[in-house]
Amino acid sequence: MTSKSHAGDKMEILITGFGGQGIVLAGQIVGKAASLIDHKESTLTQSYGPEARGGYCSAQVIISDKFIHFPYVRRPDILVCMSQGGYDKYAAMIKETSILIVDQNLVNPGDIPADRCFAIPATRMAEEMGRKMMANIVMVGFFTAITQAVSLDAARSTVSGSVPRGTEALNLAAFDKGYDFGLATLKGRRKKAEGKKGTVDEKP
Amino acid sequence: MKPAVLTGEHFMTGDVACAEGALAAGCLFFGGYPITPATEIAEHMASRLPDVCGTFVQMEDEIAAMASILGASCAGVKSMTATSGPGFSLIMENLGLGICTETPCVVVNVQRAGPSTGLPTLGAQGDMMQARWGSHGHYEIIALAPASPQELFYTTITAFNLSETYRIPVLVMTDEVTGHLSERVVIPEAGAIKLRHRPAPKGRKDRFKAFQPGPNGVAPMAIAGDGYGIHVTGLTHDERGYPGMNVETQIEMMHRLTQKIRNNLDDIIRTESYRLEDAEIVIVSYGISARSSLAAVDEARAQGIKAGLFRLITVWPFPEQQIQKLAEKVRGFVTVEINLGQIHLEVQRCAGSRVPAVLVGHPGGAVITPEQIVDTLKTAF
Repeated sequence: MTSKSHAGDKMEILITGFGGQGIVLAGQIVGKAASLIDHKESTLTQSYGPEARGGYCSAQVIISDKFIHFPYVRRPDILVCMSQGGYDKYAAMIKETSILIVDQNLVNPGDIPADRCFAIPATRMAEEMGRKMMANIVMVGFFTAITQAVSLDAARSTVSGSVPRGTEALNLAAFDKGYDFGLATLKGRRKKAEGKKGTVDEKP
Repeated sequence: MKPAVLTGEHFMTGDVACAEGALAAGCLFFGGYPITPATEIAEHMASRLPDVCGTFVQMEDEIAAMASILGASCAGVKSMTATSGPGFSLIMENLGLGICTETPCVVVNVQRAGPSTGLPTLGAQGDMMQARWGSHGHYEIIALAPASPQELFYTTITAFNLSETYRIPVLVMTDEVTGHLSERVVIPEAGAIKLRHRPAPKGRKDRFKAFQPGPNGVAPMAIAGDGYGIHVTGLTHDERGYPGMNVETQIEMMHRLTQKIRNNLDDIIRTESYRLEDAEIVIVSYGISARSSLAAVDEARAQGIKAGLFRLITVWPFPEQQIQKLAEKVRGFVTVEINLGQIHLEVQRCAGSRVPAVLVGHPGGAVITPEQIVDTLKTAF
C-alpha cells in the first residue's frame, strides 16, 4: 500500500438503486475506467448480501489523483439515484455543491435546486432500445457527459469490456444515447443561462 | 490458458487479488469449503488452477480442507485454503497439526463479524486473538494483515515465502471490506517476484533426520515419496520424527517450534509508518482499519494534533520491540480495530505504564470512521 502521499482532491460518487438494475456494474465501470484508462486512483465498495439482490443497492466510487485512504463515501459530490428509496436514504448526505443525477421516471428529487439536478428517462430509453436492463449503461453515459468524472474514451472502452460478449455494440449504443442526452441537457442549460444573462444586461 | 502470473494492471477485488497472489507464489493446490465472504477466493482458484495444471478440491468442511492442504504440502506442493467466521474455527484443529509437523501452507481468513454465524456479509477483525491462540497448546504463529487489494496480492506471496522458509502455516488475516474492495492491482513480471522454497535435504537418505534444525533453526523438509522414510506425527516427536512420550522430548520440540520464529523476527516482522517522525500520539492499526487511520492522521494533523500511524502488516509475531521503542518517545497510543480490544491488549502490554494506550474499537459489521478516531485523539490525551 502506498501511503506516502497525503490525500489530495477527490471526488466521491454514490450510485443507488434496486438490486438487479446493474448499480454495481455501473460503479465498476466508473471505477475501472478511472483507474485503468484515466490513470487515476479509484476505489469501489458495494452492497453485498441479500439486500443487493432485489432490495436497496448501492455502489460507492471514489476517484482521486492520490492514494485514497478511506474508501467509503462520506459526503457525495455526485449522487446518482435510480430508485426513490436510494434518493430518500441519501439525499440528506449531499453538500451544497453536490450534483444529483436521477432517472426522472423513477425518482422525485424533492426540493433539490434545479441547477444542481440532472434528470434522464434512462429506464424508458433502455426499454425503447428493447432491453430494460441497459438502463444502467444509459445512466453511465449520461453521468459521463454531465460530470466528466471519467473521460469519454475510458468510459466507452470500459463499457465495451464489461458487458456480456456479443452485447458490446448494443451497450455502446445505450451508452451513447445517455451521453448525447447529457450533452443536450448541458447545452440547454447553457443557453438558458446565457438567455438569463441577456435579460439581466438589458435591464437599466 | 492464462499464465500463473497475470502481469499487468487490473481493477480487481481483494479476494481475487489474493488468489492471483497465491498463483504468482506458485500455489498448485487449493482445498476449501465455500463461505461468505471468502467464497470468491475459492471460486477464482477453481477457475484459475487448471490454467497452471493445479488442483482444486472442494472438501466436505474446513477441518478436511486444512487436512487436505497439509497433505498436499507434504507431497511437495504449495497449498492454501481460504475461509471465514465458523470455518476459521474448524481450521484450528488441524492448524495445530500443521504447526507440530512443520508443514508449510497458507490459510486466508476473510474476517466477518462473529461470534458464531454472526453477520456473514459484514466485515470485522474479531479473529485476531484466535489467530494467535485458537489451536490448543502453546505455539508460535505468523499472521499478516494486508490493507488493500494490491497488498493482498503481495502479502499472499509473502505468506507463502515465510511458510516455506519457516515450515509453518501462515495466516493471512484480511477482512470482508478489503476482500470486496476493488482497486488497481499491478501485477509485475514473473521474474520480478522473489519466491522462497522450503529447505531441501542433503546427504544420505538413510541418515536423514526430518526435524533436525538447520542454521536458521528450521529443518530441511523431505518430500513424501522421495525415499527419505520419514515419520510425520502430531504426537510430540524427536528430531527423527519418532514419538517420544516424555517431558524431555516435549521440551526439545517446543524449543524448536518456538525458537525458529523468535530468532528470526527481523525477517518476519513487516510494518509501515505514516507521519510518525514527529508524532506525539501513535495510532496502531492494521487491515481496513489502517485505512480509516490514515485518513484520521491527516484530519487530526489539520486540526493541530501531531498524530502518526504505525501500521502492522505482520501482526503475529507481535512487533513488541518496535512498540516499546515508540513508547519511550510518544504521549500515547490509540489502537484502531474492528473488535472490542484484542491487539489493543498487546499495545497496552508493550506500552507498559509509561504511556496511556486507548482503544477505538467496534463490535463488527461496519468500518471505523476517521471521525471516530479523530474524536478520540482530541479527547483521550
